[in-house]
Amino acid sequence: MHSKRAPWLLKLSAWGGLVFLHFPLLIIAVYAFNTEDAAFSFPPKGFTLHWFAVAAGRHDILDAVWLSVQIACYATVIAMVLGTLAAAALYRRNFYGKNSITLLFMLPIALPGIITGLALLNAFHAAQIEPGMLTIVIGHATFCMVIVYNNVIARFRRITHSLIEASMDLGADGWQTFRYIILPNLSTALLAGGMLAFALSFDEIIVTTFTAGHERTLPIWLLNQLGRPREVPVTNVVALCLMVLTMIPILGAWYLTRNGSDVAGDGK
Amino acid sequence: MPAVQFINVSRIFGETKAVDNVSIDIQDGEFFSMLGPSGSGKTTCLRLIAGFETLSSGSIRIHGKEATKLAPYERDVNTVFQDYALFPHMTVLENVAYGLMVKGVGKKERNIRAMEALERVALGFTAARKPAFLSGGQRQRVALARALVNQPSVLLLDEPLGALDLKLREQMQGELKKLQRELGITFIFVTHDQSEALSMSDRVAVFNNGRIEQVDSPRELYLSPRTAFVAQFVGTANVLNSDLSLRLTGLAGSRSIRPEHIRLTPQPQADSNIVQVSAILKDIHFQGAATRYELALDGGERLFVSEPNNLAASLQTYFQTGQPVVACWNRDAMVALLEG
Amino acid sequence: MDISMTPYEKRARRGRALITFLHHRPGFYLALLLVPPLLWFGAIYLGSLFALLWQGLYTFDDFTMTVSSTLTTANLRALFDPVNADIIIRTVSMALLVSFFSAVLAFPIAYYMARYITGKKKAFFYVAIMLPMWASYIVKAYAWTLLLSKGGVLQWFLEHLGLEPLLTAMLSLPGIGGNTLSTSGIGRFWVFVYIWLPFMILPIQAALERLPPSLIQASEDLGAKPWQTLRYVIFPLAVPGIAAGSIFTFSLTLGDYIIPQLVGPPGYYIGNMVYSQQGSIGNMPMAAAFTLVPIVLIAVYLSMVKRLGAFDAL
Repeated sequence: MHSKRAPWLLKLSAWGGLVFLHFPLLIIAVYAFNTEDAAFSFPPKGFTLHWFAVAAGRHDILDAVWLSVQIACYATVIAMVLGTLAAAALYRRNFYGKNSITLLFMLPIALPGIITGLALLNAFHAAQIEPGMLTIVIGHATFCMVIVYNNVIARFRRITHSLIEASMDLGADGWQTFRYIILPNLSTALLAGGMLAFALSFDEIIVTTFTAGHERTLPIWLLNQLGRPREVPVTNVVALCLMVLTMIPILGAWYLTRNGSDVAGDGK
Repeated sequence: MPAVQFINVSRIFGETKAVDNVSIDIQDGEFFSMLGPSGSGKTTCLRLIAGFETLSSGSIRIHGKEATKLAPYERDVNTVFQDYALFPHMTVLENVAYGLMVKGVGKKERNIRAMEALERVALGFTAARKPAFLSGGQRQRVALARALVNQPSVLLLDEPLGALDLKLREQMQGELKKLQRELGITFIFVTHDQSEALSMSDRVAVFNNGRIEQVDSPRELYLSPRTAFVAQFVGTANVLNSDLSLRLTGLAGSRSIRPEHIRLTPQPQADSNIVQVSAILKDIHFQGAATRYELALDGGERLFVSEPNNLAASLQTYFQTGQPVVACWNRDAMVALLEG
Repeated sequence: MDISMTPYEKRARRGRALITFLHHRPGFYLALLLVPPLLWFGAIYLGSLFALLWQGLYTFDDFTMTVSSTLTTANLRALFDPVNADIIIRTVSMALLVSFFSAVLAFPIAYYMARYITGKKKAFFYVAIMLPMWASYIVKAYAWTLLLSKGGVLQWFLEHLGLEPLLTAMLSLPGIGGNTLSTSGIGRFWVFVYIWLPFMILPIQAALERLPPSLIQASEDLGAKPWQTLRYVIFPLAVPGIAAGSIFTFSLTLGDYIIPQLVGPPGYYIGNMVYSQQGSIGNMPMAAAFTLVPIVLIAVYLSMVKRLGAFDAL
């Protein structure tokens, strides 16, 4: 089936779709290097790195980047710990309430961001917590946890149980088995989940606008820029950098988890 | 002292009794097989010894010590798993040395001992490879070495030869038997292949529906089966229920008669010690070393006869399907079976 | 074998007692694992969710612009006012339209990926779809504002291809038109479709991949032409994937508040209604009431697509 040649119309639509998906991103890249001041215009007037230098000198941009990085780090660490615990608990055993708990863990991703954002904001007001970095981290950690959980539980399920039994049979207790057998097999999935969580947190805007208070993460900075047509060139540069920055962990996570079938007990 | 004792052990999952009040004594140094169809409870019993299942009632003793409360890593028992369970992220040597490593044996010493274990199964040259690069038979031997390097007093084998092709399987059967004799430790072997169990074991326990129907040496099991199930599971047998036995032989009670103990003759013979039954020959199967005949008795029951194909048996060329024949066997060749 | 304990073993003995304790008490161990994440989720996430819904029942005084905890169903009833109902209908119809057209666009791409390419080419396609999917949402939205603006890329293309009159004609259409491309309904539509398209492609592709080739061979063997096989065998089996993808497109469009602000004609969507209510106006109860709409709609939608098998295709 795979070796048949595709009808040309199908091939055209498939590649066309791909072009459609990437075209706007390429435009950003093109504009970032554009000399023209009013960078709405097309075609681009020339090639320059000038705006990159300008962006690098802007304090508000650097502050926003630093804030986003910090938040992403905290949120990712929390997400990795809690997500892994949840995955370890849920990948095998069946117990009363398991399905409800699984559904619960899907909610942050299933429900639109405004709901999560508004709910958290409301809760912070009621608890009299001032919105700021802490509240942003809490919001991010909540759905980053789901990402880590999904990645780790998928990998947990692929560790054939007989490996764990074999380890215990040979004299390793629960902790040793975790350290020598489970963790090495889990490591790439854990890392991939962490990278995805980092990218997601870095890029998040919807929940963040509710929980940010006066803080400005990089996406919020970008959103504010949309009302400043005179700063378009700098905005373009930042947009390009943000795009590239989030793509790197995504590619990394994909690379780490692309071999879906290196499992033990698989070969007989 | 027996190596392993089951004392009224039951394992119940909800409604099902996977193991139903099983009691056995497995002697030190014997090659003991647990034989039965899938779902008969033999694997569950093995896992109970290893510690991967908890029993619902009764107790298990290993070398006289109560083992029920002990975790798997606290028991002096090692397992060769059905899917080998080799750790994919470690080399073969690291796999074999694993049991030593978790006990705290130093790197140099454990590598030497692991290498010795590998050499004993003739796989020293694979030490640096990862399991994914070995053949099925090689993986099986690595799993064996990994278990044996810890010098357990009891080795459990969970259908380890199931994935191998016939020739390799027969070769491994011989090697395992030899290994057990050399080491002198207790082997407990689970299989559903009765010829495998018979050829390797000192004693065999036949499982059915969570219970043990018979524990005996292979020879006794074959020649003196106690129940219809054992008669038909170990080798093939014609089981005559009480009415049929009464009709054909004048004796009440179920009996079994092995196909190879029956002879076909064209005419009846005169001998009071021989049971003679008239039947119609329904089908003939050539099976290489023997020919198998399917007979239909007067009441429609089926009787199977197996005759060896050797030069002296020129009688077989005379038989054709549809022909009336007389099946005869020695009274002493029949085995009385327990009812129920 | 030397049976005396090594120093390692002596040290391990103490820790091992604890581990064996946990080994024999799986329930306790399970609780230990689950309590931290559940605590977080229960207290922080669920707690705030319920608090929000409860807020929907509070009263908002229009004069003093304050919230009081007197319970009332006024907010919920207000959802049925013509103005608010309008907002809801506008949002839902866009969500449905976007879902439908995303499916139409995604299917050929997913089909090509699943059935006609393998190995490196497939990996390339997969990455090529994944990257825009995970690329920054705000960057993508921003990119489209550039594309759609007067003097922007699309305008340039249309001028040079002489298609301007077509654009003007389209913009004058009611409903989907507008003053300029970036304030037109169709502009907004295309931005939505663009951003959610990868979410639709991947589940469909996964569902098609799972299709055993022997089914297609059987269909061909029985005499079906390619389009018949597509219609009677392939498409029905791809429906769970389409349904799964539509969960994303539907719920994401329903809750979005940034794109309606950036692109398209004036007119509130549920998303920016919620945002403005709680923001400048401070009418949290009304905002909370509004969030009930996507929750209910999504719950209904999920139960519908569950029957189509979407959950197995996620």
